[in-house]
Amino acid sequence: MDKLSLDKHISRQFNSDLEGLKTDLLEMGGLVENQIADAIRCFEELDTDIAQRVIDNEDTIDELEVTIDEQCTLVLAKRHPAASDLRMVLAVAKAVRDLERMADEAQKVALMAIALAEDGAPARNYPELQNIGNGVLAMLRHALDAFARYDVEMALSVVKDDQAVDLEYKAALRELISQMTKNPSSISKVMNVLWAVRSLERIGDHARNLAEHLIYLVKGKDVRHVSLSEMEKQVHQ
Amino acid sequence: MSMNEQYASAVGGANELKEGRSMEAYTDLAGTDHAEVSKDRTREKTVGKPLLESAKMSTRNVKVFYDDKQVLFDVNLDIGANEVIAMIGPSGCGKSTFLRCLNRMNDTIDSCRVEGDLTLDGQNIYDPKLDVVPLRARVGMVFQKPNPFPKSIYDNVAYGPRIHGLVDHRAELDEVVETSLKRAGLWEEVKDRLHQPGTGLSGGQQQRLCIARTIAVSPEVILMDEPCSALDPIATARIEELIAELSENFTIAIVTHSMQQAARVSSRTAYFHLGKLIEVNDTEVVFTNPQHKLTEAYITGRFG
Repeated sequence: MDKLSLDKHISRQFNSDLEGLKTDLLEMGGLVENQIADAIRCFEELDTDIAQRVIDNEDTIDELEVTIDEQCTLVLAKRHPAASDLRMVLAVAKAVRDLERMADEAQKVALMAIALAEDGAPARNYPELQNIGNGVLAMLRHALDAFARYDVEMALSVVKDDQAVDLEYKAALRELISQMTKNPSSISKVMNVLWAVRSLERIGDHARNLAEHLIYLVKGKDVRHVSLSEMEKQVHQ
Repeated sequence: MSMNEQYASAVGGANELKEGRSMEAYTDLAGTDHAEVSKDRTREKTVGKPLLESAKMSTRNVKVFYDDKQVLFDVNLDIGANEVIAMIGPSGCGKSTFLRCLNRMNDTIDSCRVEGDLTLDGQNIYDPKLDVVPLRARVGMVFQKPNPFPKSIYDNVAYGPRIHGLVDHRAELDEVVETSLKRAGLWEEVKDRLHQPGTGLSGGQQQRLCIARTIAVSPEVILMDEPCSALDPIATARIEELIAELSENFTIAIVTHSMQQAARVSSRTAYFHLGKLIEVNDTEVVFTNPQHKLTEAYITGRFG
């Protein structure tokens, strides 16, 4: 099935425990992906209904985080996993935390959309937000694909994309600051956009974390806090 | 087994026992497909770090045969002073056979032949001129099943120092017995009944008594062959705690079927498979990111 052979244990129950962790992680990832997509949409259209839905769905994601964490604890307690199995459980436990934080950030974007709508701001395209939003959505999708296929190359591409998003974020900041300087009366509205853009950028950081957890899972190498070139070197060693 | 034979196996006595332990040695080989072993004799290098810059015990190209069946293939391994090294692997992989080479316990099996270089502090332990009795006092052994002599607790511990002539008078012997029992973590439990039989103790206490008996002759290396497999978790925890304390003064090599135990007590782990030493690495590497796929398969329970 995969190069980690998670389905090759003597104990079939252990196989299904680990499979279950992965399936649940990917399911949670799918939900978070929807949340982010909805958050971006509600912001563009200043649609408070969608925004409210994003806020309501947040509970489901919190519950999933707790459930998957519990499953990880149980596997640790019952199976004493070692080597790649141990890394699998640790990577999943860390990944759900990042997913939950991403959903938190999506919720913040939705809250900013509501604030803007209540402020009577016109629905208009926010190109900065759209670019970054699409960028981080793709990062999350790729990070989840990397988990599904244990694909370290794809994980590396997510890290690369994060650098591009960071650059866009800086450009967006400059643009928003110049808008505020030109038109001080717009400051409160532009600040809402700025918070939303910042939340999206944070989502990108969490997607990068997911990619790093996946590299740890597959390669057993801890690549947090290292440069991209160092990461590539370690992965291809 | 007579008492002397038991003693020979425990702390190195004059009697070369010809049977007794041999059955166990063969049971350990049961399940190995010998045809498969002999088919695949290509020399594969052990992955990881089997060799050290300075070693207490060194083994090079160790081969072991039972009659014409080869059960160990070119094992190269160093054991460092004051380290705890764990040997793991499926039944029949040769780990116990290897352990028993380290104090020539395999001499007691007629059909067993050992080849290669094995040294203790640079001295060849298979030198024909070498007397195995002092060797086994320097390299002591603790077995799977606690095997105290049918004697008093005191005499169990005092036996080795007495026959090896390590003490001159009673007071000195008392002191050795007390120190050994204290080091084995048994003193508080038995100090008021030293002259009651050792066989009247619980399993965990008996095993600590055997450890006290082993350390009473001040060995340099202690070999442990599944010392906790007959003990409950509390007694096991005590022995593991003891292993950590003893490693300050002794070099310890332990064979265990419990991988968690290997992970807990050792600083290096050696993985054997079908008579070959597959991987030796720091224990933390072996249990988080082993380098050989066979090691990974074994410690994660992937053998069908």
